[in-house]
Amino acid sequence: MAWVLAIMLFLTVLATAAGVATAAAAGAMGRELAGRATVQIATADAATRAATEQRVVDALRASRAVRAVRVVPRAELTRILGPWLGDTAGDGELPIPALIDIDLADRADALPQVRALLARIAPAAQVDRHGDAMASIGRLLTGFTVLSATLVVLMAVATAAVVILAARAGLEAHRTTIEVMHALGATDVQVARLFQRRLARDASWGALFGGVAGWLVVALAGSQIGAAGSQLLAGLSLGREGWVAIALLPVVFVLLAAIVARRAVLQALGRLP
Amino acid sequence: MLEARRGACDGDHLLARAGRRGRPCAGAEAGRGRVAGIVEFEHVGLRYGQGDEVLRDLHFALSPGEFYFLTGASGAGKTSLLKLLYLAQRPTRGIIRLFGTDVVTLPRGRMPGFRRRIGVVYQDFRLVPHLSIADNVALPLRIAGMLERDVREAVTEMLAWVGLHHRADARPATLSGGEQQRVAIARAVIGRPEILVADEPTGNVDEAMADRLMQLFAALNGLGTTVVVATHDYALLDRVQAARLLRIVDGRLQDGPPPERGQGRPIRPPAAIYRDGDGVVPL
Repeated sequence: MAWVLAIMLFLTVLATAAGVATAAAAGAMGRELAGRATVQIATADAATRAATEQRVVDALRASRAVRAVRVVPRAELTRILGPWLGDTAGDGELPIPALIDIDLADRADALPQVRALLARIAPAAQVDRHGDAMASIGRLLTGFTVLSATLVVLMAVATAAVVILAARAGLEAHRTTIEVMHALGATDVQVARLFQRRLARDASWGALFGGVAGWLVVALAGSQIGAAGSQLLAGLSLGREGWVAIALLPVVFVLLAAIVARRAVLQALGRLP
Repeated sequence: MLEARRGACDGDHLLARAGRRGRPCAGAEAGRGRVAGIVEFEHVGLRYGQGDEVLRDLHFALSPGEFYFLTGASGAGKTSLLKLLYLAQRPTRGIIRLFGTDVVTLPRGRMPGFRRRIGVVYQDFRLVPHLSIADNVALPLRIAGMLERDVREAVTEMLAWVGLHHRADARPATLSGGEQQRVAIARAVIGRPEILVADEPTGNVDEAMADRLMQLFAALNGLGTTVVVATHDYALLDRVQAARLLRIVDGRLQDGPPPERGQGRPIRPPAAIYRDGDGVVPL
């Protein structure tokens, strides 16, 4: 039984780590994107574009619907577009839209006010809320979190089932010994303690191997994600709470096995005369 | 001929009716009142599942300190009766009193305490195979919570008594049938039970070992233990003097010695149960 439990715990550690990481990423993304928008001025003529940009920046800085305004430098835009446009990204004649990042005030009407303002002073300007663009990714991450949590619950149920089956098999295999012990005056608790110890020992070995293997895989995946340098993946982190959670998993696992084993054995013994 | 210990009283009321005086049982009024049996079966029946009763209307009492043989053909119900005696089974009807307590309605949690007062020797020994001889014999004491140093001392003494102190660390599989039976007896008696139940204890041993085992049982009876030996070997009945007889036929107790014994030495029947003013309830 120990190796089956090791596999169960290994998968549980992976599912837990995935759930914690995706929840952290969704949370971080949400916090970062909340109340942020980008004003895009896509005018082909550079002079007109620059004048409009300045007019919009001044109006936004004066508006109470906006907390902060940042003009995205052209150099930054060139760097962002570089992978797609190659050397032409740096061409000064290239009509790259002007982008202005804004932090909206914490009011429900902040975005509508900004849209109304821009409709007056720069009708061609577009406002994109960051949250809208990343909403589907946020939902995907949340979906993965829910899936991971479901997997953890299913693993716990499957672990309990394995322990119950092992307990029943042990009781059947030692039926004669149990009958003798009962005849000698052993209580159900005394008999249950013997099986509980054995099952807890198996669970402990399984927890040790499964837990260590799981931690190693999670640590390896974490270092790979860090090395990728992706801003999107950077949010996938366990944090201190996550590491504590998966460190405690083997302990929780062994406790669950011991409790389930005891209950299963006592229930079976309760059927004896 | 082995001498069984006479009980604290001559609880044989059939002898009293025949005009022979005996010592009154403790707690019984002269000629009337309830027999203070260590075991009392009152109209006990047992069936397994939905089948017919394998034991029918058992009604008898066992006196403390006596030696009983339970005889009957194979399938007559000896083992089932013993199972009721050592609380491995509850009857489907009737009342069983052990040590004065109704054990039929006893809560399950209180059963272990009663089981510890009963020693059982199984026909197939039922030694725990992965434990040494010493650990097998120590089981009842450890279950009872005795201190380990006291357990070791008692086990050493008991193994010496059954002549197996030199095999203390051996596993049961390495012992002969007779040796395993002696270990089983040691385990059954180390807790100083008040009742010892043995199911066909000589079934798997030779005649010399059977004699030796009967000597052990008689010695235990001499120390005050009530002994019940189930056997279909009628030759054993002659080996213990003053033993009493319980004969079971088709699940019922029958009077008198088995027909196969012919004119052999008569065996005293067990005590009857009766209540105040009710007279003797026939077996």
